[in-house]
Amino acid sequence: MNFIGEHLLPGQFGHFFVILSFVASLVATIAWFKSANAIIPDTAASWKRLARAAFSVECFAVFSVFVIIFYIVSTHKFEYTYAWNHSSKALSAKYLFSCIWEAQEGSFLLWTIWHCVLGMILMFRAGKWEAPVMTVISFAQVCLATMIIGLYFGTAKVGINPFLLVRQLETMQNAPIFSRPDYLSIPMMQDGQGLNQLLQNYWMVIHPPVLFLGFASTIVPFAYAIAGLWKKEYTGWTKIALPWTLFSAGILGLGIMMGAAWAYESLTFGGFWAWDPVENASLVPWLVMVAGLHTQLVYNATGHSLRATYLFFIVSFFLVLFSTFLTRSGILGDSSVHAFVENDMNFQLISLMVVFLVPALILFGVRYKAIPHIVKEESTYSREFWMFIGALVLFLAAMVISWQTSFTPIYNKLAGKTTAAPEDPEFAYNKIQVFVAVVLGILTAAGQYLRYKDTPRGVFIKKAGMPLLVALVLSLLISFFGGVNFQKHGAGFLGAIHLAIFASVYGIVGNAAYMWVGLNGKLKAAGGSIAHLGFGLMLLGILISSAKKDVLSKNNGILLNFDPKSKQDPMENLTLIKGLRTDMGNYWATYEHNDSTGNHGNIVYFKINFENKKSGERFSLYPNWIRNTKGQEGFSNNPDSRHYWNKDIFTYISANNTMEKVPDTAQFKKYIVKQKDTIFYSGGYMILNKVSINPTDTRHHIKANDTLIVADLAIVAADSMKYRATPAIYWKGADSRFIFDTIFAQNLAIGFTSVNNDTHGIEIQVKESNKMTPFVALKAYEFPQINLLWLGTVIMVLGFAVSLRRRYMLARSLAVSKQPAMAKNES
Amino acid sequence: MKKTHIVLLVLIAAAIAVLVSFTGNLTTYETVASARQKEGKFVRLIAKVDKSQPVEYDAAKDPNYMSFTAIDTLGNTTRVIFRNAKPPDFEKSERLVLNGKMQNGQFECKDMLMKCPSKYKDDPNVMKKNLTITN
Repeated sequence: MNFIGEHLLPGQFGHFFVILSFVASLVATIAWFKSANAIIPDTAASWKRLARAAFSVECFAVFSVFVIIFYIVSTHKFEYTYAWNHSSKALSAKYLFSCIWEAQEGSFLLWTIWHCVLGMILMFRAGKWEAPVMTVISFAQVCLATMIIGLYFGTAKVGINPFLLVRQLETMQNAPIFSRPDYLSIPMMQDGQGLNQLLQNYWMVIHPPVLFLGFASTIVPFAYAIAGLWKKEYTGWTKIALPWTLFSAGILGLGIMMGAAWAYESLTFGGFWAWDPVENASLVPWLVMVAGLHTQLVYNATGHSLRATYLFFIVSFFLVLFSTFLTRSGILGDSSVHAFVENDMNFQLISLMVVFLVPALILFGVRYKAIPHIVKEESTYSREFWMFIGALVLFLAAMVISWQTSFTPIYNKLAGKTTAAPEDPEFAYNKIQVFVAVVLGILTAAGQYLRYKDTPRGVFIKKAGMPLLVALVLSLLISFFGGVNFQKHGAGFLGAIHLAIFASVYGIVGNAAYMWVGLNGKLKAAGGSIAHLGFGLMLLGILISSAKKDVLSKNNGILLNFDPKSKQDPMENLTLIKGLRTDMGNYWATYEHNDSTGNHGNIVYFKINFENKKSGERFSLYPNWIRNTKGQEGFSNNPDSRHYWNKDIFTYISANNTMEKVPDTAQFKKYIVKQKDTIFYSGGYMILNKVSINPTDTRHHIKANDTLIVADLAIVAADSMKYRATPAIYWKGADSRFIFDTIFAQNLAIGFTSVNNDTHGIEIQVKESNKMTPFVALKAYEFPQINLLWLGTVIMVLGFAVSLRRRYMLARSLAVSKQPAMAKNES
Repeated sequence: MKKTHIVLLVLIAAAIAVLVSFTGNLTTYETVASARQKEGKFVRLIAKVDKSQPVEYDAAKDPNYMSFTAIDTLGNTTRVIFRNAKPPDFEKSERLVLNGKMQNGQFECKDMLMKCPSKYKDDPNVMKKNLTITN
């Protein structure tokens, strides 16, 4: 059948380029392998030329695939699955890239592209290491290309072709609409399913490329380590690969924290980190990469720890592959909110891990004895000893997190059990990692004052003593006056938090001081201290903002609670009736209106006005609801925050009734009543039981000199259901405020609006409407000192950059000074 | 024995102790019937909303109280109390993981994980349904 209006050419080109990239990377791998193993220089050079050409072709093919996907998505060619499934016409142009990341194929492609970029740099910079290093990277490209190749070998499908048409999907084979040649004219095919609403955030445009650059870059230290083992040049690479290790650790760290910023801004679990498996999967390779960075530094300075360095780089890269398996195989199913869907690629994903891990470990095992190491052990007063301990702690922390993340899904799969995460999964991580933070904070500071090999005792005590004292005083001030009082998990955990606060303050003070005491303010050489200082700030920000996170929207019972048990639980949602100023702890909160005018009506903003009771400061926040995509009805909520230098006010709308567009035309009716008088309404009647002044049993908090008058009404509905309403007037001096009560089940709003002195009655206003007064349920948190975390991240990444620059210069001068010697050897 | 080895052993022992205690704290996925047998114990109930029963949530009255009936794959049902705001799109969820404990015949839910059709995921069945509706 000939279908009308399909554009098949881009897809055919695209798939051709996918296959080309596979073939070219295969050729490049073989050629570089031959070159690396060649004995005769001419043979090596000719294989290398072939490999470079093949790799260049591969890079061109991969970029072309990316450009074609972007073309399909941006020109709305909805006959393609990619466009139909991940984009829509209403999507604003800035999110077109996010559409590409949203799918598995696109994120594999992103990974491949970064390998291309890194490979291109290595091709011209790696010198004699080019052939073995690029063999590894090119082999990774072969593996990644199979993920998007979409070919069948017999019945086995390999990879997902990103250029599949909607009608070619397996699940669509029998869909009736594809029996029509003009199926593209059907409304359902005229627009796509859209981008997941939660990905419609600017962080989602930039965070995945950075994170994937981080993932991709872990292959470089790995490739150097493999090259070292393979060519039996165990030591030659450690200095020239150091800038790559720094690059990888810096970028991966930045990518992880950008993900945290996205979670903080657009997810509503109320924080930047939830120990979600997908988050852990990116953290764990980073921890091991940083461990490897430190042992690599130790080796370069002292000759110790080379074996550990090899192991850490192998494990770090393996963990990237393992995290790919965890997040894409669907094995996480019930334990993660943002893993990809289960697909039939599990075998392929497991193979990806095996083809790298098994040869790497065999090579490491076989050559282990040959790797140089120093028998004499490190002095306790040496920097390398404590750096190694720190690296070990990082590595073990990573292992523990990996185990906690992946134990239950894998165990369940293998043993057929139904185990799940502990009751409080976050605490299961926190109670361990808080001690890791203590150790790391102290080591980052104290370690700086130790010299490599050995440190004279007097010098160490003299230089390290003062920062320790300052840190101790500062952290005690924070502990005593900072109001950190996190009782949820008992005194032991609170103690650990205070200990960790000390460690992080020490990390900050110790490293700041070292830049002047130890390095005389030479910032160019202070990369390590800068990064450690940033890390200390991050720890402090994490500790304070998490331990002091405060729920502002505590429901202190202004509205009726019918369930007595409900008071036992944290009541974190507060109802705000439109236009009614409501008490919210230290703030007054008023829900003003909502606005859905912009963005095709896909986002509804709720304007909430806040007034600080103490300072009188007023501001408005606009938490919003984003319309769901992909054929789902309804909305997802999206928070809004107000940022101060020392805290964030974080809010979102957890429920609202204003989305239905029925106008509320009902009016309040006034009644003057005395005690025991009856008011009739359409659904029943109500009796005024009593009017009390400043009653003691009220939920309202009455301040001295203020007056509260409460009308107590018993309501009997026609179906003989009984309700109670307690509208009130609150006088604060001459100002009065009406506290309306609502009986939602009866669609009643009841106000107590004045006391009539002439008739000795009171004025009660009743509104019946088929549409109750608009309201929202608001959740509001305060995160103190969250900016320390973001500031710390920036400083840490800056530290990596400073270090990278210095180590790059050193590695280059090393290469230059060695060149004549090498030339001599070769001739 | 070298210092490094001692530290290594201590740290590995600590890590193993931590992991063993972690494994002891694990919870389990349950059905309604098996959750009833473990009354009072924190479990994860896999079920979905029973749409034939009312979902009670009245944010104007109490935004922190929600109650509904959950039905598992075996057809057993239980009333669920969730003392929090009703998640957006709750009714459209296809599957729920309810974390909490069975108490006095009803399930006291502490938090829940919703699996909505194609939320975060590209569920082919939903796509197919969407396409079939057009005919």
